[in-house]
Amino acid sequence: MLAGLGVTGGAVSLTRFDPPTAESTGERGDSSGEDGADGDDAPPTAVRETMVAAGEVVFPSAAEGVSEFVETYVVGRARDDARRDAMVDAATELDDVARDWEGAAFADLPAGDRDRLLRELGVDTADPVQDGTLSERLRFHVVNELLYAFYASPTGGRLVGIENPIGHPGGTESYRRATMDGTEPIDSGGDSDG
Amino acid sequence: MDRTPVSDADVCVVGAGPAGGIVAHRLAESGASVVVLEAGPRFDGDRREQLEQHIRPGLGGPWEMGGPRDAFSSTGDSFYPLNAARVKGVGGSTLHWQGMVMRLHERDFELDSRHGVGADWPVGYDDLRPYYAAAERELGVAGAADNPYAPPREEPHPLPAFRPSHSDSIFAAACERLGIDMHSVGNARNSEPYDGRSSCVGYGTCKPVCPSGAKYTAESHIEKAEAAGARVIDRARVRRLEHDETGERVVAAAYTTPDGETHRQEATQFVLACGGVENVRLLLLSDSDRYPDGLANSSGAVGRYFMDHLFAGVGGRLDRPTRQNHVGFNTSECHQFYDDAEPVNGLKLEFLNYAGPSPVIDALHADTWGDDLRDQLAEGYGTHVAMGALVEQLPREDNYVGLDRETTDDLGDPVPEIHWSVDEQTEAALSRANEIQTRVLDELGVEDRWTVGPDETGPAYHHMGTTRMGDDPDESVVDADCRAHDLDNLWISGSSVFPTGGAMNPTLTIAALSVRLAESLRAALE
Repeated sequence: MLAGLGVTGGAVSLTRFDPPTAESTGERGDSSGEDGADGDDAPPTAVRETMVAAGEVVFPSAAEGVSEFVETYVVGRARDDARRDAMVDAATELDDVARDWEGAAFADLPAGDRDRLLRELGVDTADPVQDGTLSERLRFHVVNELLYAFYASPTGGRLVGIENPIGHPGGTESYRRATMDGTEPIDSGGDSDG
Repeated sequence: MDRTPVSDADVCVVGAGPAGGIVAHRLAESGASVVVLEAGPRFDGDRREQLEQHIRPGLGGPWEMGGPRDAFSSTGDSFYPLNAARVKGVGGSTLHWQGMVMRLHERDFELDSRHGVGADWPVGYDDLRPYYAAAERELGVAGAADNPYAPPREEPHPLPAFRPSHSDSIFAAACERLGIDMHSVGNARNSEPYDGRSSCVGYGTCKPVCPSGAKYTAESHIEKAEAAGARVIDRARVRRLEHDETGERVVAAAYTTPDGETHRQEATQFVLACGGVENVRLLLLSDSDRYPDGLANSSGAVGRYFMDHLFAGVGGRLDRPTRQNHVGFNTSECHQFYDDAEPVNGLKLEFLNYAGPSPVIDALHADTWGDDLRDQLAEGYGTHVAMGALVEQLPREDNYVGLDRETTDDLGDPVPEIHWSVDEQTEAALSRANEIQTRVLDELGVEDRWTVGPDETGPAYHHMGTTRMGDDPDESVVDADCRAHDLDNLWISGSSVFPTGGAMNPTLTIAALSVRLAESLRAALE
């Protein structure tokens, strides 16, 4: 687990941050375990590719390492079986729609076409509903799975101004810092002496 | 799970929140046979599930409130959102509370004598002072002795205060110029490991869930009570208290379990600790020929004088980073105006560390993604500031909790009726809070202002006053020991016994009274 954060040339490497994961929670086996992302119950390759392809659209363009991030923190993150199955089903449906409408797998479409397809399905304005309409399910199990993992992490947070967003156990120093990079001294604030 | 009654119980506690948990733990530890009946479930498992439920739309509330079990009526001029204001479960409302804790001031116990309003408590600050210290140890309060307006104390808090935030430092300069004092504030949240629980790791979601366990919940007292031999039965909905032929003693609590069975839990002593609304409901549901207006209600005060604290706030944006929403608690307050006589209602000011939006929550509700979303989130976050305030509401007979006999819950019992409104005096105090807040924000040069004042205010979810304590059995429900005037073996624990509510978050006082009640009840058992 890498606790650091890589920022290079205005891009953010998604492979280097430390949100809660299957491994850190101890709730999942290792990569060969029965619940692991690479284990027997791991989502099919097509689902992984669909989720990565969706991530490339949903995440900002400054994000790098989308594939590894999605594999680890979205497809592979700890969740109950029903939720994981629902994500697999939703991603499969998205891929089916792409094949029907666009004549190609979702992951094989150009990024602009993936974005357009999701919007044409109304996923951008749909309420996230676990067992709702297709657009609602895609919003919940695909788009919001990706956005939750991303913006509840320092990586996504940093792109919008917060390195310790809610949902991330980033400690009790960041709220005292004047800036995100921590190069300025921590404010003394009031005169509490503890 | 076996949810049948315990035989030979000395004490039956109804409710597994802090008011019940502390009493149960203390009595079990002293050797009493204790059973706790809790209407809600145990929330076992990883708290990050509740974290996700809180952050992500479409997952429902983290604490399962609001179904047919929890039906209620709101009939006053102001709607009361009861099910946002409480949790049923092992831990009670501390499961979702924010965890701000401070002592009431001396004047809070003597409002009638000093100012001719409200009511005096039958106990004073000096009586409660050692119990406040005990309560701070029970909850693990992080605090400092830098508050010049706090009542006297003789020992430090158990844990060091959380250090002030960057946002506090922005306010500090403006407040200093205005002669407004900032100081630390008590947190029932571990600034370092305490009582077997982790220190805060900054999840930022204190209210409604702390996944690390750093925030105190009454689960810890329930756990200790069970370790000391108490039996805790969850999903046991007490529907009626039965008394003996003389009407002087409660003999059993009748409760229904999820399988539909109804049981009778007998005990020598009974402690009612299910909050300022359900305490009332249970007493009113337990009416009898002897008590036609409800058990322990010969005074007619059961349900009357319902009080909450009112929120006032002013906020806006600055032209610089303010670093909000890293943590979900406050690190500075101002109690300088608390004891003012004009208006007489207490008020305390808060400097918020969670002003403005959280990017991840906004992202999950947004109607776009990619770079558009990033730009939108970056624009929306980062420069907000806000001050909040809690304002006292004085006890009024026409603010009450009753029974709506026309509406029933899923067991067929009448639901609680909340009849609540905000009076002009409280509105004046809200305006006063807004005035001070506006001065500070003017000094800071805050733009894009918003204000929560008399027209927009809402309750802080502190249910107080509905089984008030007092010396006169004709005007109060319990005595200074929190024992019912009408029944020798019925005790009421919690903020429903507060004759007045001050403007301080009530849980530390609930805990102090619970420690004191346990002491009196233990003596009664001997």
